[in-house]
Amino acid sequence: MSDLTGLTIVEARDGLRKKSFSARELADAHIKAIEKGRALNAFVTETPDLARKMALESDRRIASGEARPLEGLPLGIKDLFCTKGVLTTAGSHILDGFKPPYESTVTRNLWDAGAVMLGKLNMDEFAMGSSNETSYYGPVTNPWRRKGANTKLVPGGSSGGSAASVAARMVLGATGTDTGGSIRQPAAVTGIAGIKPTYGRCSRWGIVAFASSLDQAGPMARTVRDCAIMLKTMASHDPLDSTSVDMRVPDYELAMTGEVRGLRVGIPKEYRLDGMPGEIETLWQKGIAWLRDAGAEIVDVSLPHTKYALPAYYIVAPAEASSNLARYDGVRFGLRVPGKDITSMYENTRAAGFGREVQRRILIGTYVLSAGYYDAYYIKAQKLRSLIARDFDEAFEKVDVLLTPTAPGPAFGIGEKTDDPISMYLNDVFTVTVNLAGLPGLSVPAGLNDEGLPLGLQLIGKAFDEGTLFRVGEVIEKAAGPTSRPQAWWEV
Amino acid sequence: MSVDKNTVKRVAKLARLAFPEERLEAMAGELNRILAWVEQLNEVDTSAVEPMTSVVKMSLKMREDKVTDGGQPVAVTQNAPQGEDHFFAVPKVVE
Amino acid sequence: MTTAVITTRTDQGPLIDGATGKWEVIIGLEVHAQVLSKAKLFSGASAEFGAEPNAHVSFVDAAMPGMLPVINRYCVEQAVRTGLGLKAKINHSSIFDRKNYFYPDLPAGYQISQYKSPIVGEGEVIVDLPGGRAITVGIERLHLEQDAGKSLHDQHPELSYVDLNRAGVALMEIVSRPDLRSSEEAAAYLKKLRAIVRYLGTCDGNMEEGSMRADVNVSVRKPGAPLGTRCEIKNVNSMRFVAHAVDYEARRQIDVIEGGGKIAQETRLYDSKKGETRSMRSKEEAHDYRYFPDPDLLPLELDVDWIASIQKTLPELPDDKKARFMREYGLNAYDAGVLVAERESAAFFEEVAKGRDGKLAANWVVNELFGRLNKEGLSISESPVSATANGAIVSMIGDGTISGKIAKDVFEIAWTEGGDPKEIVEKRGLRQVTDTGTIEKAVDAVIAANPGKAEQAKAKPALVGWFVGQVMQATGGKANPQAVNEMLKAKLGIVG
Ligand SMILES: [Mg+2]
Ligand SMILES: [Zn+2]
Repeated sequence: MSDLTGLTIVEARDGLRKKSFSARELADAHIKAIEKGRALNAFVTETPDLARKMALESDRRIASGEARPLEGLPLGIKDLFCTKGVLTTAGSHILDGFKPPYESTVTRNLWDAGAVMLGKLNMDEFAMGSSNETSYYGPVTNPWRRKGANTKLVPGGSSGGSAASVAARMVLGATGTDTGGSIRQPAAVTGIAGIKPTYGRCSRWGIVAFASSLDQAGPMARTVRDCAIMLKTMASHDPLDSTSVDMRVPDYELAMTGEVRGLRVGIPKEYRLDGMPGEIETLWQKGIAWLRDAGAEIVDVSLPHTKYALPAYYIVAPAEASSNLARYDGVRFGLRVPGKDITSMYENTRAAGFGREVQRRILIGTYVLSAGYYDAYYIKAQKLRSLIARDFDEAFEKVDVLLTPTAPGPAFGIGEKTDDPISMYLNDVFTVTVNLAGLPGLSVPAGLNDEGLPLGLQLIGKAFDEGTLFRVGEVIEKAAGPTSRPQAWWEV
Repeated sequence: MSVDKNTVKRVAKLARLAFPEERLEAMAGELNRILAWVEQLNEVDTSAVEPMTSVVKMSLKMREDKVTDGGQPVAVTQNAPQGEDHFFAVPKVVE
Repeated sequence: MTTAVITTRTDQGPLIDGATGKWEVIIGLEVHAQVLSKAKLFSGASAEFGAEPNAHVSFVDAAMPGMLPVINRYCVEQAVRTGLGLKAKINHSSIFDRKNYFYPDLPAGYQISQYKSPIVGEGEVIVDLPGGRAITVGIERLHLEQDAGKSLHDQHPELSYVDLNRAGVALMEIVSRPDLRSSEEAAAYLKKLRAIVRYLGTCDGNMEEGSMRADVNVSVRKPGAPLGTRCEIKNVNSMRFVAHAVDYEARRQIDVIEGGGKIAQETRLYDSKKGETRSMRSKEEAHDYRYFPDPDLLPLELDVDWIASIQKTLPELPDDKKARFMREYGLNAYDAGVLVAERESAAFFEEVAKGRDGKLAANWVVNELFGRLNKEGLSISESPVSATANGAIVSMIGDGTISGKIAKDVFEIAWTEGGDPKEIVEKRGLRQVTDTGTIEKAVDAVIAANPGKAEQAKAKPALVGWFVGQVMQATGGKANPQAVNEMLKAKLGIVG
């Protein structure tokens, strides 16, 4: 009972069922860890009272034999999910004081399954960022540090608070959202697992929109199996989301047989970038070897349009965002900065409410959609998207799953890359293709580099074949060895 | 295609972002760098390619014509920075 | 929406005099017709008119963060139905786009509309004009889109109040080609379009409540010249105003051009109190709507069988009904046109005409019934005299039981006091007298009383009319005027 925060979801679930500890004890342990971990700035809003109340209800249900699938499991929620009556900021000043009178479908699913909410997690503003440095609530610090150094590192982004809180054992698991890599990339650089499901698998209803055709919610947790358990509950068909698919959610744990013999694993040669750090190449080779040793067949494949994914993304995502963020106008919710007339009220509110990166993307998005440029940029990018999706279709005729690195490098220092947007965008170079094609992608913790920083491997699957990703992911996870945990240097 | 200060100004106006004059130049530079970078897409001949219209292969979901929502003016307006009698209030609009 | 710029009209319209010669006015209409649905286009909030502020608003309509649209199937069906009624091409695949602009009554900062791929393509409307002339007006397209909310500017000195009850209500925007050539044609087109959607039941056509309103595009040109620069007059909400706005705007444009000026393409407002159009300052600034497909929605794919099943349920539309009335009842084009203008009046007429003389029934309904309803400002469904009762009157005129004059009296009694016309006639002894003995007695009496006039009548046969009047008076109007006329002629010795 001394280390209730060190448990996996699987372990905590078993412990609660066996009544080794109560949901209330589990919640309290995490509430304490959150208080001690405030230096990481992972939370925007802590909800300890709510957590205790939900935990008590869980204990009651466990006692009366009415336990639900996630009964009593304390989780953190990315602050992009609207939570009824609880401040929801999207990491932005513009949503000042916004308390949604509704609950997002994904979080509703979690609470209905008995999960306990610990609070709302910090993130890049409107999920626009790869390092959690664009948050109005300040950057999140990665619990991991380079060996022998105390440089503060970024936790990746945009789900940086989710990644940091899971890695620092403040929550058992967290929700994230992934538009271009925002679950997988932070998962990789904080040594945890995270999956972006197939587009349409989780409802987007009640999640603050960034880029509607790319956004997808997913779980982040310390093991692949924990992600599988969370996704089973998070995913659902939602009649309120026109892009949510009406398809049964399988029990992903059943797919996790530990068996990959005969499975064809594709290695896309275009993911071998010029100037890629040696440690990433080494990691990739290790992953290939682990799967080959486990009996999988390794197949070289080509995804010829890979290099165009990032530029296409930086047209499509800002275009959609520029429109999605038009509703933040100081009229119905959030911040209002007065002006001499309605137009200047809009302009002042939005200039004060949105941070630099968000403004930059709104301007790009507005520009590429504007008269005379639409075809050259937006249509062109959507055509590239068709080609990228076709590349994957062709590859999946030959293989069952693709293996790539998740991120082009380990966590970097806070402030190191903020000056150059393009170099920041390149953090998503391996993840963004998957969003453009709507496919599922799982990041699996795959060990530490020479400096002691975590690295991740990415598995890309066929649409709605998350089960295979979990199965293969767990094999990699096992082969990589037990996850080490970061030194709790942040504890006060 | 190169973005100048006036273009930034025009686009900022369209996007309703107050933009200080002194930041226009710098922003034009940033946008130009990003646009120059995305223009590598022009290397690809896409004349025979259809633009993607949806990532999910499914037909558009439809709802029945039933009133299932509304009747909650308080919840709708309670987050508004300014309002009265369940109206949202904004600086006077001249038509 | 962008208006069509290609006119299908080849004939020249009526011309307007200017200082420099004749001018032709070119008009196209974008009509917004509210779909007669219970719920909104993309949310489950009520589409009903006239609720408390923001009571018919869902979080989707208020564009709260994370809210998503799901389309109302019934609205799609009504758009298809209307498209079929306009004999238009139904597009099996169409796309919903976002039209981006900032306005307080547009919560999301964009309107979901259809831009490049509308649900309905080209069609046509035949518009009957006075004098038996008819024109064919091309329909460019019909698309589905969301209505905006409402801003109230007169509640507070410094603030406008926003009510989103209308925000998200389903509209069909029906865009005509610039095929109209006068205010009269524009009003007649709108009237016809209104009749069609009301027949189809897809829109109630209630212009006072705003469920149907028109953006009127007006330009002028010298006959034969290319189309001039047009101005769009927004949200005109009655046929009379449409006609006024066109006349005012055409004159204004002619004056501007003849004064050496140029027409600026702009959005204008029609002020019904002042009877003028004026530039809308708030919409002056350059527009760039940045249309792109709404990523929250997928392309709308329509099933061919579904379209066919809607086609099967279409009612007989005004043009077909008019042709049938002329054919089956022998009506003239004018009467038939008047009767089919409203579905209810056409149905009423058919009930009156059933098993009777159609022409007589049409005459009666158009002249007597409609005249009286108009005078009282009542609609056909509010008529105090039922179709059965009107039918009974028509029957009695037809078989000579009562004269046309008595029929009016019977109608008047039925209107004010109610009751069955047959009983009214019987009880009040209004039956026409056809018995020759009775008539002869009255004729003889009148001739005997007026020997001088009887003498004159031989030379001046027109005087017979005076005698008829006397006999009718003497018989309390019940004598058959035909019989009286003939008997008088014989007795007075008038030939022919
Ligand atoms: Mg218009
Ligand atoms: Zn419209």
